Amino acid sequence: MTTLAFPIPRPTHPTGIWNWITTIDHKKIGILYGVTAFILFLTGGIEALLMRIQLAGPEQDIVSAEIFNQLFTMHGTTMIFLAIMPLSAAFFNYVIPLQIGARDVAFPRLNAFSYWTFLAGAIILKISWFTGGATNAGWFGYAPLTSVQQNPGTGIDFWIVSLQVLGIASLAASFNFMVTIINMRAPGMSFMRLPLFTWMTFITNILIVLAFPVITVALIELYFDRAFGMNFFNTARGGDPVLWQHLFWVFGHPEVYILILPAMGIVSEILPTFSKKPLFGYPAIVLAGAIIAFMGWMVWSHHMFTVGLGPIPITVFTITTMAIAVPTGIKVFNWMGTMWGGAMDFKTPMLYAVGFVAMFTIGGISGVMHSMASSDAQQQDTYFIVAHIHYVLFGGAIFAIFAGIFYWFPKITGRMYKEVSGKISFWIVFAGFNIAFFPQHFLGLDGMPRRIYTYDASMGWNLWNGVSTFGAVVLAVGILIMMHNLAMSWRKGEPADGDPWDGRTLEWSIPSPPPEYNFEEIPTVYDRDDWWARKRREVRRAVPVAGGSGDDEGHGIHLPQPSYWPLVVAIGILIGGFGLVYPVGYYAISIVGVLIGMIGVYSWSFEPVNDPEEGEEQAAH
Amino acid sequence: MAQATAHHDEHEPTTTGLNHRKMLMWAFLGSDCMFFGSLIATYLVYKNRSIAGPLPVDVFDIPVTTVSTFVLLMSSMSMVLAYAALTRNSMKAFRIWLASTCMLGATFIAFQVYEFYTFVNYEHKVYCAEVGDISELSPVKQQLAMKCGTEAEHNGVVEEVVGLTPKTNLFGSTFYTLTGFHGAHVTLGIVWLLSLFFLSFKKGMVTPERNLDLDLAALYWHFVDVVWIVIFTVVYLFGVFPGF
Repeated sequence: MTTLAFPIPRPTHPTGIWNWITTIDHKKIGILYGVTAFILFLTGGIEALLMRIQLAGPEQDIVSAEIFNQLFTMHGTTMIFLAIMPLSAAFFNYVIPLQIGARDVAFPRLNAFSYWTFLAGAIILKISWFTGGATNAGWFGYAPLTSVQQNPGTGIDFWIVSLQVLGIASLAASFNFMVTIINMRAPGMSFMRLPLFTWMTFITNILIVLAFPVITVALIELYFDRAFGMNFFNTARGGDPVLWQHLFWVFGHPEVYILILPAMGIVSEILPTFSKKPLFGYPAIVLAGAIIAFMGWMVWSHHMFTVGLGPIPITVFTITTMAIAVPTGIKVFNWMGTMWGGAMDFKTPMLYAVGFVAMFTIGGISGVMHSMASSDAQQQDTYFIVAHIHYVLFGGAIFAIFAGIFYWFPKITGRMYKEVSGKISFWIVFAGFNIAFFPQHFLGLDGMPRRIYTYDASMGWNLWNGVSTFGAVVLAVGILIMMHNLAMSWRKGEPADGDPWDGRTLEWSIPSPPPEYNFEEIPTVYDRDDWWARKRREVRRAVPVAGGSGDDEGHGIHLPQPSYWPLVVAIGILIGGFGLVYPVGYYAISIVGVLIGMIGVYSWSFEPVNDPEEGEEQAAH
Repeated sequence: MAQATAHHDEHEPTTTGLNHRKMLMWAFLGSDCMFFGSLIATYLVYKNRSIAGPLPVDVFDIPVTTVSTFVLLMSSMSMVLAYAALTRNSMKAFRIWLASTCMLGATFIAFQVYEFYTFVNYEHKVYCAEVGDISELSPVKQQLAMKCGTEAEHNGVVEEVVGLTPKTNLFGSTFYTLTGFHGAHVTLGIVWLLSLFFLSFKKGMVTPERNLDLDLAALYWHFVDVVWIVIFTVVYLFGVFPGF
């Protein structure tokens, strides 16, 4: 039989860098996602620290106003699209197939494509620092600040193209995980037996699939305005900048839940494990997550209360915004009910998870304060908003992600982190976070606007700005200690067995790190917390020892094989993206990128998932 | 080699019994709904807000677009017939209907190119003898009608080329972006169907057992047709007939 693929032999690298480049193993892709996103998280952190140092005292001149604008825009864009989303995606990749009892995701090569495309988007965004100035219009890029008259450089173009490329990556990953969760559950794993993290991932992916096309359209319109002189946001020809705000926040508010729902899922795994109790009110938490996702589409205009929408829309969006606090509150009470009366074991993941519940509640309550339009009018564009977003996204999402990193660290690396160091770093991070961001509430109520690069000494903002900067430095020290702990433990920590936490879900039923094929036998599920129940229902089966993946035979399990093509398509997208920023010679660079991408897509289509001559399928033909 | 893949795909047990790829296709179409929904929403928000002509009433030629709409809908029918032919393994009929689908799709694209060309070079004409109540004319034609009785008038006609480009006004920007992305979707569909057409001459690449490959392309094709029905109604019909 002839092959139509581009004539390059299939990659067969068992180890080394090419193994990582061509891998389609969901666990390795999860690690790639996690490490890349953590590095990008650090770059966003450096951007934040530079801003905090500039603001530490009045009338400082450490960075210029122009650089400051770029710093806050890049910090916001980086943390949302290059740190929190891909860190969540790292857990989707690593944990979801293990939790539902699957050997891989539904589309392993599409999964590799998602990662490489995400990396391409990150490169496009970050490279704009070195090509004459990064984007500087704020992370929500309000028109007309982004128009070519106001902003003639390439910074905005890099931002547009980068978000489009990241959107492709997020959409591809979400299609993949939706299908995986619906279609690859182990026998007996009904929807109401799904682990909470899997549930919240599923809901998040539905949100991504429906929300990202809206920002895609908004960015296309903005790009057309800038590149081809169209009129979408051009007020001189009747265009309406408020349309940008609507399109952005119709995407942007579901995006908030895209950031926080996976975090809620992680916490809902950790609290029962370390409280030695089943999750309190499982159906209520699932339903609350679904309601949050649904109502997340009805609240977007609360970001625009001061734009002049008129009394009726403002009333409606005030009511829906207050109402969405109800399902969120249900979750908080369920987490408290889970801990109540439990045998609490304050390991590092548990500390972060409890920290999440407390900090997220503070951020949620200041959110309810904004839901009242009259109150919001006082807080709009002040540091109060900055404090709020950091309580929900750092105290919320990042705390939960740190909890997840410590929780699954033994599973991913097969080694234990240092518990004492982990606890110390938690308390430093916790203290630094609160010292950095709680005073910003006071600054905001005192009228300090966000996004100013300096302030007058007589404004009375000196003290709390200094405290906030001190807190940011403490926070950075805590994160450095955590990184040292994780890096050292990854290399030479104590070996961890398959189930160090007396876990509840299926990923703890297999060795650490899991073998390439995950499960020797696909498990049959009888309970919601199946592994927990299995450990108690019957005579405890021996947990296979760590490092069991030395068996090269793979037990006759047929795994998908590595492939170059996802990477080739992503390279095509990367080159095509640069061509959109630099449209020389009638988009010649983009055309080259499209051609490379098409070679990749066709070769990918004609490349079988498995080469039959290497598997038992040969016998069938 | 590819047959082995198909064998592998179709016997892979799934929790729901539904095929992975088909489920992904439906999820993608859901996402694409939001894509076109946002473009149509932009168009509707800016409807009647252009501060200069030409407007839909000036440029749209409903009979021509009705024909191109009919052609596109017929392509959906030939797509169904192609799928039915493949399912009963009559490859000749399959190739005829698949080629017809591609040709009907290409005809639709040709209509769109023609339409864009005439819009860009649109020429306003006012027959001065026929002008009754000037306020009933579109803004561009009102300006022209003012010139009746001056030296701009030749043989009772005032004419001026006021083309509609994406830069001209809000209508131009929203119209070309919306219909342009729809045209791009149709073009991608044609490339996809042509790939299947040429593959069908390779043994074992397009077979009744592997009709899922065609099924996915057909789903996409029908979806793009349905989107056009919405565009034709909302943009063309609502743009021309009074009362909308």
